[in-house]
Amino acid sequence: MNGTMRFLRRVAPQIATLAVVLLLIGFVFPGFFDLSFANGRLYGSPIDILNRGAPVALLAIGMTLVIATGGIDLSVGAVMAICGAIAASAITAGYGLPATLLMALGAGLACGLWNGVLVAVVGIQPIVATLILMVAGRGIAQLVTEGTILTFTNDGLAFLGSGNLLGLPTPVVIWLSMGALVTLLVRRTALGMLIEAVGVNRRASMLAGVNARLLLVTVYMVSGLCAAMAGIIVAADIRGADANNAGLFLELDAILAVVIGGNSLLGGGFSLVASLIGAIIIQSVNTGILVAGFPPEFNLVIKAVIVLVILVVQSPAIHGAGVLFSFARRSP
Amino acid sequence: MFAKTLLGASILASMTFFSSAVVAQTIGFSQIGSESGWRAAETTLTRQEAEKRGIDLKFADAQQKQENQIRAIRSFIAQGVDAILLAPVVATGWDAVLKEAQESDIPVVLLDRQVDSSDDLYLTAVGSDLHHEGVVAGEWLVGEVGDKECNVVELQGTTGSSPAIKRKAGFEEGIAGHDNIKIVRSQTGDFTRAKGKEVMESFLKAENGGKNICALYAHNDDMAVGAIQAIKEAGLKPGSDILVVSIDAVPDIFQAMAAGEANATVELTPNMAGPAFDALAAFMDGGTVPPKFIQTESKLYTQKDDPMKVYEEKKGLGY
Repeated sequence: MNGTMRFLRRVAPQIATLAVVLLLIGFVFPGFFDLSFANGRLYGSPIDILNRGAPVALLAIGMTLVIATGGIDLSVGAVMAICGAIAASAITAGYGLPATLLMALGAGLACGLWNGVLVAVVGIQPIVATLILMVAGRGIAQLVTEGTILTFTNDGLAFLGSGNLLGLPTPVVIWLSMGALVTLLVRRTALGMLIEAVGVNRRASMLAGVNARLLLVTVYMVSGLCAAMAGIIVAADIRGADANNAGLFLELDAILAVVIGGNSLLGGGFSLVASLIGAIIIQSVNTGILVAGFPPEFNLVIKAVIVLVILVVQSPAIHGAGVLFSFARRSP
Repeated sequence: MFAKTLLGASILASMTFFSSAVVAQTIGFSQIGSESGWRAAETTLTRQEAEKRGIDLKFADAQQKQENQIRAIRSFIAQGVDAILLAPVVATGWDAVLKEAQESDIPVVLLDRQVDSSDDLYLTAVGSDLHHEGVVAGEWLVGEVGDKECNVVELQGTTGSSPAIKRKAGFEEGIAGHDNIKIVRSQTGDFTRAKGKEVMESFLKAENGGKNICALYAHNDDMAVGAIQAIKEAGLKPGSDILVVSIDAVPDIFQAMAAGEANATVELTPNMAGPAFDALAAFMDGGTVPPKFIQTESKLYTQKDDPMKVYEEKKGLGY
């Protein structure tokens, strides 16, 4: 009971923000909340948000864990491109769906392993270590697709991007399950606490007996796996791997989702649920701008202003001022 | 037998002598890089066109860097090529190297993009007219819908890019004077499939599930391919419920046209080298000075143009 209260208090700012953003969109575009059921799935803009938010939500899961260790993973966008390219080329080369998925997910894990080894074993700063793969990864993806958009027609693979499961688009089911799975894994075991310990003070946690090196490598591999899933979804959605554009700048959206989720970039305590709500807030803003019908020149400015407002409202300084203000009123 | 062989050999010898005497022998080509499928196709076609004419093409890939292009041009000048083709990566900073080419009497032809230098520094520029492509797309739509009411949704290219600005303005000019055709929504799809699909989904939601939309105009084929999927997933028929017209003519849109899911595309031809070589040959043989801008044809393809055949032709070009 106490735990539930604490959890609700933790995610309250994010839920409030999401509610305000959605209400604003509903105000600008009245038909926004209309839901209908057709062809075995729900339709409507809110479903679109959950569906289109899938890549960033998946990335945010891995990114939250990485950031909780005090690191950062800039390579996730490029890893998406690599894994999408591998999935598309494997399926067109005639491998079956299970083999294709294994290869693509394996590639994501391998990318994560590479990052993890550079960070935890070689000791390169995370932002630099993952920058290497961020730059090189897109090149690797282009090598795989030979510079073209590699299209495929396999319905099984396409199902992961545009099919329906349990009345929802498949990507929604995938990211919700992955989020639930990882949350249970880190919160029902000591894993989450160990990650936080490494993020707060790696040296102290090592002295206390935490295998920080293994933990760091694992966390980057989880991030790589999440990026692989996002990459497969994006490729499956358009039935083709676009090495130039798949996942482009999404690492920044993922970091933003984590930040909007109220997690500190310095590492330590984290909330996966808050990060996921953060990802949905970002996608709500994106979709809201699209349905509102503003000229495209305004897109980025509107998005920036909304993000700025969200972050300022959440900032500790504002909270501090709020506390002072309430004291000032109470004191006389 | 011997006489026949001798005869054949002498004909062959005289032919090679003849051809090398008439047309340009060695031409240097400084290409930007291979940032898109279209550019890869341009490179392939340039090689093919050179081979067809018996030209020895010296190819230099600049990997998106101007300094590499300048270095390549200087090396072409040092090698004493007969002419230079240049697809400039940026518009500015070409004066010095173009002057060097001019002083060595080597004509330079610009491909696909323009430069800001004075136009007496190069022989001519071959390129497409982005504005005209939009006009062609608009006029096709006017011819297709006639007097019917038609609400158009537009997928723009990357905001602020010159193809997005010019193709938008061209299309608006193409439909000007036909009040039955209205652009009801216009958003950027960043020239990508994924964004094209996402934006189209929101258009469909915003316009009564797509029932208010009669046509889609996309600034490139890739966005149209993405949008077609969105239309299908919304339970509508692209190509009949919603007309689809786009620009570029990449192979995949021909597959969609063959399936009846896209209606028309305007070609941005990757064959810029053909007209360039023709202009060079005319200039070198007869001294005909070409105009400063040679506009390539913006050909309209529809479902009637045997899209599968065009697809097979285009597939091998490296798009």
